[in-house]
Amino acid sequence: MNKLTRRKLIAGSLATAVGASGLAVAAKLAQRYGLIPPDSGGFYGPGETLTYAAQRLLTRHSLAREFPRSEISKEPFANEVDPLGEEFQRLQQGAFGDWRLSVDGMVTRPASFSLADLKSFPRHSHITMIQCEEGWSYIAEWTGVPLSHVLERVGALPQVRYVVYRSFQHDWWDSLDMGDAVHPQTLLAFEMNGDELPVKFGGPLRMRVSRQLGYKNVKYITRLTLSDSIKSFGKGLGSSAPEAGYAWYAGL
Amino acid sequence: MAETPRPRHSFLVRVTHWFITLAFLALLVSGLEIVVSHPRFYWGETGNANTPTLFKIPIPSSRETVPTGYGHVLPDENGWSRYLHFQSAWVLVLAGLVYGVAGLFSGHFRRNLLPTLSDVSPKQLVSSIAQHLRFARPTAEEACSYNVLQRLTYLLVVFVLFPMIIWTGLAMSPSFVSAIPAAVNVLGGQQSARTLHFFLTLALVLFLLVHLLMIVLAGFRNRVRAMITGRVAESVERG
Repeated sequence: MNKLTRRKLIAGSLATAVGASGLAVAAKLAQRYGLIPPDSGGFYGPGETLTYAAQRLLTRHSLAREFPRSEISKEPFANEVDPLGEEFQRLQQGAFGDWRLSVDGMVTRPASFSLADLKSFPRHSHITMIQCEEGWSYIAEWTGVPLSHVLERVGALPQVRYVVYRSFQHDWWDSLDMGDAVHPQTLLAFEMNGDELPVKFGGPLRMRVSRQLGYKNVKYITRLTLSDSIKSFGKGLGSSAPEAGYAWYAGL
Repeated sequence: MAETPRPRHSFLVRVTHWFITLAFLALLVSGLEIVVSHPRFYWGETGNANTPTLFKIPIPSSRETVPTGYGHVLPDENGWSRYLHFQSAWVLVLAGLVYGVAGLFSGHFRRNLLPTLSDVSPKQLVSSIAQHLRFARPTAEEACSYNVLQRLTYLLVVFVLFPMIIWTGLAMSPSFVSAIPAAVNVLGGQQSARTLHFFLTLALVLFLLVHLLMIVLAGFRNRVRAMITGRVAESVERG
């Protein structure tokens, strides 16, 4: 009887210690390395923080899976977007010759780039899958200028922690942490499957974040703002997604 | 009320059982809610509303872009469903780890779940199945340990179904599989992982229903009390 109790006690405390110390270690690492997502408050904060921290530790240097050309989806799909307004139509009629991407915030050289500028920069292509949080997916070849190149060009300050991106869809904005911002597969994409990026799929310029879900891949990008804090953007939750009830981090 | 000398279920088994129960129900509700936004299933790497399906669930969707054949669109509840799904998944994984480590150290698996060689003989198996088919209530002695069918079922749930449903869930994460591509490649693709995740859910729901039926047949109040307090009332057991 005594023996059984002691054995259970040891096993119990061992198991509890493993669980508790796992949590404690995770919390400590999260604090030290800034592994806390902007939407870490509220009821779902603990789960969201665990997910973000665990995936950031696991995927620090990982690349999204790339596929052979034969795997490119013959029938890609895109959700409908609300009408983009007269200004967008005017730009579209001019073949987006007047489209500008402005870059501001914590940079030494604020800049405004035309599509021609962006296309003259070093470009990168990858054949990767884009997944919607709803459950559907397709594979396409994406070509664009690596976001890291644009950040270098404008002289991003070392204290920058977030790249905020805005779009022609005014209620749809988002932000990347530096891990994804300087990731080699993160592109300001202007081509899909070797052709101009169709408007339906986000043309003329889409943020392509290869390791996150579709809603992080915002269409019609017009402005980047670099910042050391996300607090002053919207409600301070990192993007419009948490304001609509969705997680800021979309790695799963 | 006389009590059995040692608890029917150890403290850690009881605590992790209820954490996992709660997490599983939250995962089930939120998971079904997420499926409603795209009740179509595929095999391989990709699939969307433009491609043929492996099968469809004949229900309306929460997205108007999904061709369901129904005229109406359900409200979009994916935001909180996804938050709840992943938070509950953490509860499930952490409680499962505590249960797994404790089970190894305490001998719970070896003593309570691993059947003996003679138990898995065809004769024993047939006799146990026959006993179940007759809905024979367990004797007091039998109710204090698991029979061979229970042992095999619990082993399947603990060591196959739960690990597989966690694995297939992770295999759907673009970020996770960027670090461990084999996790999705060996399953045949991301949409295959999603489809398997769905079938594993069905298997676990089937387990839950049979589990509940058995509890009702064996005496609901006494079985549930055993899993909460660890105590089994002898008068009821022998009655």
